[in-house]
Amino acid sequence: MSTTTSKSSFWQGLRDGLPFILVIVPFSALFGVVATEAGLNVYETLAFSVVVIAGAAQFTAVQLMMDNTPTIIVILSALAVNLRMAIYSASLAPYLRDAKIWQRALVAYGTVDQSYALSAAKYENEPDMTTAQRLAYFSGCLVPVLPLWYGFTVVGALGGKAVPDSWALDFAVPLCFLAMIGPMLRTLPHLTAALVSIAAALGFTWVPFNLGLLIAAFLAMVAAVQCESFLERRSKT
Amino acid sequence: MSEHPDLWLIIVALGLGSFGLRFMFTGLLGSWSMPAIILRHLRYAAVAVLPGLVAPLVLWPSTTDGQIDPARLTAAVVTLGVAMIFKRVLLAIVTGAGTLFLMLYLIA
Repeated sequence: MSTTTSKSSFWQGLRDGLPFILVIVPFSALFGVVATEAGLNVYETLAFSVVVIAGAAQFTAVQLMMDNTPTIIVILSALAVNLRMAIYSASLAPYLRDAKIWQRALVAYGTVDQSYALSAAKYENEPDMTTAQRLAYFSGCLVPVLPLWYGFTVVGALGGKAVPDSWALDFAVPLCFLAMIGPMLRTLPHLTAALVSIAAALGFTWVPFNLGLLIAAFLAMVAAVQCESFLERRSKT
Repeated sequence: MSEHPDLWLIIVALGLGSFGLRFMFTGLLGSWSMPAIILRHLRYAAVAVLPGLVAPLVLWPSTTDGQIDPARLTAAVVTLGVAMIFKRVLLAIVTGAGTLFLMLYLIA
C-alpha cells in the first residue's frame, strides 16, 4: 500500500534474483556465440534476446534454423518449448487481478523461469501482499536478470567468432538442454514424458520438416498425464 | 548476413507468440479460462519437447556426420546424471563440458 513497503518488496525481489546471475551470464553469452555460429549478426542476435526473452526457445529456434528446417516448424517447435509460459501466466493471474492492463502487459513480457519461480512462491507464502507490493517484488526480481540477459547476448555474439573449433561448441546446446532437463525429471510422469519424447523423436526422424519433434511432444504430454492419472487412481485404492 | 531467409519472420513470430502465451491469463483475466485437461497437459510441455529435441543431437551429432561419437555421448550422460542428482544446472554444464574436453583429449 504505502510506497515504503513497495520499495522494500522491490529490494527483496532484487536480492532474491541475484543468485540467478550465475545462470543468466553464461547462458546468454552462449546464446550469443551459438547464434553467431548459425550466421546471425550482432543486431539480429540481440533482437532475438530482446524480443523473445526465452533461452530454451531461442536455442531451439537457432538449432532448427541451422538444420534448414522450414520456418513454420521452427516457429511451432520453439513456441512448444515456451508453452509452459501459459501455465506461469495462469498461475500469476489471480494475484495481479487489480493491476492495470499495461502493468500486466509488462509482467507478461518479464515472465521468465526465474521471475516466475520467485514471485509465485512469494505470493503464495505471503497472501497479504498488496498488488503494488507484488508488482514491486516482480520488478525487483527482473533487475538482475533482464539487463544481463541482453548484455551478455551481445558479449557472446561479439566474442563468438574468436572461439576455436577445438572447443566443440556444436555440443554446447545439447549439454545446456540436458542440464536443464535433469532437474525437471522429479516425478514419474515427468520421467515418462522424457522417455516417450526421446523414443518418439528418434523413431519419427523419417517424418519430414522435423514434424517428428512435435508428434513426439504431443505423445509425451499425453503419456505423462496418463501416468499421472494412473498414479492418482492407485493411491486412492 | 543471415543464412535463414525468414530470420526476422521467426524473431517477430516467436516474440508475439511468446508474449501471447505469457499474456494469455494475466492479460485476459477471469474472462475465460482454459479447460483443466489442457492445462494439465501443458504442465509437461517443456519436458515433452526438450528431450526429443536433444536426443538426435546427442546420438547423431552433425559434426561427425551422424556417427555416434563416444566423447559426446559420454559427456551427455554425465551432464544429465549430474543435473538429475544435484539439480544444479550450472554444475551439470561445467561437469559435462569438462567430460567432453577430457574425452576428446583422450580419444584424439
